[in-house]
Amino acid sequence: MTHLGGIAATVAVRVNGQVIPARAQMATTLGFHIILACLGIALPSTVLLAEFIGLRRSNQVALVLARRWSQAMGVLVAVGAVTGTVLSFEMGLLWPGLMRKYGAVLGLPFGIEGLFFFLEAIFTAIYLYGWRRLPGWAHFWTGMPIALSGILGAMSVMAVNSWMNQPGGFTQRDGRIVSVNIWQVFFNHAAIYEMPHMILAAYMVTGFTVAGVYAAGILRGRRDRYHYTGFAISFVPAAILTPFQIFVGDTATRAIAHDQPVKFASMEYVPRTSTHVPEWLGGVYVNGHIYGGLKFPDVDSLLVGFGPGTKVTGWESVPPAQRPPVVWLIHLCFDAMVGLGFLLLLAGVWALYAWWRHRRLPRQRLFWLLAAVSGVAAIVAMECGWVVTEVGRQPWVVYRLQTTTQAATTDGGVIASLSIVIVLYAVLGTATILILRSLARRWHRSDVEEADVPYGPSPRLRSRSRDRAAGQVKP
Amino acid sequence: MIAAATVGGILLASVTLYAVLGGADFGGGLWDLLAGGDRRGRAPRRLIDETITPVWEANHVWLVFDLVIFWTAFPDAFAAVMTTVALPLWLALLGIVLRGAGFAFRKEASGPGLQRAFGATFAFSSLLTPFFMGTVIGAIATGHVRAGASQSSLAAWTNATSLLAGFMFVGACGYLAAVYLTGEAARSGDAVLKAYFTRRAQAAGIVTGALSLAALAELHSSDVALFSRLTGRALPLVIVAGLSGIAVVTLLAASRRTTGWVMIAVRVIAALGVAAVVWGWGVAQYPVLLPGTAVTLSNAGAPHTTMVALVALFIVVVLVIGPAFALLFSLHGHRLLNAGDGEPLSAVASAGTQSPAGPPRQQPARQRPGARNTMLGLVAVAALVRAALRRRRDR
Repeated sequence: MTHLGGIAATVAVRVNGQVIPARAQMATTLGFHIILACLGIALPSTVLLAEFIGLRRSNQVALVLARRWSQAMGVLVAVGAVTGTVLSFEMGLLWPGLMRKYGAVLGLPFGIEGLFFFLEAIFTAIYLYGWRRLPGWAHFWTGMPIALSGILGAMSVMAVNSWMNQPGGFTQRDGRIVSVNIWQVFFNHAAIYEMPHMILAAYMVTGFTVAGVYAAGILRGRRDRYHYTGFAISFVPAAILTPFQIFVGDTATRAIAHDQPVKFASMEYVPRTSTHVPEWLGGVYVNGHIYGGLKFPDVDSLLVGFGPGTKVTGWESVPPAQRPPVVWLIHLCFDAMVGLGFLLLLAGVWALYAWWRHRRLPRQRLFWLLAAVSGVAAIVAMECGWVVTEVGRQPWVVYRLQTTTQAATTDGGVIASLSIVIVLYAVLGTATILILRSLARRWHRSDVEEADVPYGPSPRLRSRSRDRAAGQVKP
Repeated sequence: MIAAATVGGILLASVTLYAVLGGADFGGGLWDLLAGGDRRGRAPRRLIDETITPVWEANHVWLVFDLVIFWTAFPDAFAAVMTTVALPLWLALLGIVLRGAGFAFRKEASGPGLQRAFGATFAFSSLLTPFFMGTVIGAIATGHVRAGASQSSLAAWTNATSLLAGFMFVGACGYLAAVYLTGEAARSGDAVLKAYFTRRAQAAGIVTGALSLAALAELHSSDVALFSRLTGRALPLVIVAGLSGIAVVTLLAASRRTTGWVMIAVRVIAALGVAAVVWGWGVAQYPVLLPGTAVTLSNAGAPHTTMVALVALFIVVVLVIGPAFALLFSLHGHRLLNAGDGEPLSAVASAGTQSPAGPPRQQPARQRPGARNTMLGLVAVAALVRAALRRRRDR
């Protein structure tokens, strides 16, 4: 018996040896890609809004912005396409157990996502490289499929993630999947709130990130029409969506309290199932004690069921092996996400108030500082949200059906791939930012001729466009 | 069984499309690598750049689609492949990341030093992906992937056949790219570049053909079962592949002066040749998924409903993506998509002041009837949509 136990322990240790690096690698690659995915989902709409304003109102500044943003979009979409491919491979390379067991179920939403990925890639190419030769409104309309397929593709991917939180829509016999109901898989219990939550997050991340760039420029004294237009086109939609996001998030949290009680208990520090549960803001939970943090009696019960007598399930309702690790991380990430959400709401309300009273954007330097960091705040909030939902589901990969350990690869060498991924992604991230900055620098001195470089446009083309430009300046 | 076989065919079809479309983009990287110094390699690099830029991302999606169909329809086989040949797959993936990022970055990088660095990254990594993908296919075809594998295996993909398959893939990608680029050069009327890529297409064709024969010879001694199936029921396809190679090399030799439809035919024949190789492999294996095991198309883990859903999905994909790809390739073919968009924006702004209602549009240069029709079609679609929207608003 002890012998058997010893074997089980070694097997568990050997298996676990791959789980932690595999999770770390998935977290790194997904955490990196999700930022690009947000931009991929929502940046086309932002560019299209700028182009629409430019075409409709003959606003040259908006048109120049649209064209420049689409150039940045070209870089971001390319990096997003390859980092997204990394995730596709990792589904099999890191989690063969998950794919072997449930590939036939969660593969279907991924297949639908493939359809929209195709549409996105094709129309992105047409849109990005059609600026010069396609007529204005025709060019605008070639961008619409990108924006639409971005949203529908996000829905498909979120269908998979929410299915992992609330699996259903299939029947099993002898441990094998024998039939699948694609409709129930796609629109599972959690999809209803996860899909809008992520799509709104994508629009907020994109809007506030772009706005942050122009707010930083305005802070540095570039108070011209170009910067204010760029700020307004990106900031206004994101600020409008923020209250809706807070509403969706609130609804989602209440649903999680019901559907995934252990995750909710970790988010809100609820060890024991009880009524009159207090709400903790901040605080670090270690060995049964909460250090620091603000305690608001009854508020958690109030938020969950609109009454202090509402019973909230604690994590002690399941055995320790089925509880997530590092509860404090989940709680603090949740608090950070909500807090940053309200900070972004504040920025929007401030701008709205200034507009209502003075018909202009706020003049206070503090507002522009807030706006300049709003992009980073939105990204951090979104990443925190992912930590909450993914770490909060542990030890399960498919909630209550398969553990992450069962899903992980048994092959050694994840440490090696993880090390390479960390270095590679650090370089990739740095290079992406440097390229975007060099693009911005080039835009600043756009009238200066570029040096003759091996990969630039041909001198033939360039001289032609110069002639044309010269010809059109002359009446 | 019919549904499973259909999905197997769908998987093979999308692998074929990735090979003939995405493969050529990797081959472009090979020729970029071999193009020489800045001055000498300038013209071919520009043609490669202009040809690949608007299409590589769309072509790349076929790979993602392949993966998704593979894991959805045949999860057992997928998990076994992903475990056994994890290392070459990681390396192929590294190639994908570096190639895509390098290609996107070099276009926007400022300064020849950075552009050279990113360009070299793009070119070198373009070799990684086809080579390691080739070894993976080699490992599967020669029965080195065992069902329910729990450890990766170095021997699975470092045997002679798998390595030969890797080199064959690199050669085939280079061959396709050179043939397509010959066509592009002919279309833009550049006789020097056309001759340049014609030579390379012929050389790559001969090298790839020789590698294929070497792989067949190697199979004759190492894997008799696969050899007999390749020269048995898959023989017609093997012959088609060989004939297409010979036809392309001779047509290219004969067509130094001709252009137009001959060039189109050459490209189609070359793509068909590569497709014949892929389908030859598929036919030789049918209905076994992992040779040497009992894993077949119909017992690899997915239920019937999943198969039916995948068939339905593929029909939708063909109906939606087909026209979209046709639009992309026709716009690209008519030179309406301009890769080298580094035009100074001052020109954009001044062009805009000229036509207040218009976008920063330039005169469509070198307009052909086809180009004009495509554009008119787009305008018509846009006008219809606008009219419909306006009517709804008025209501």
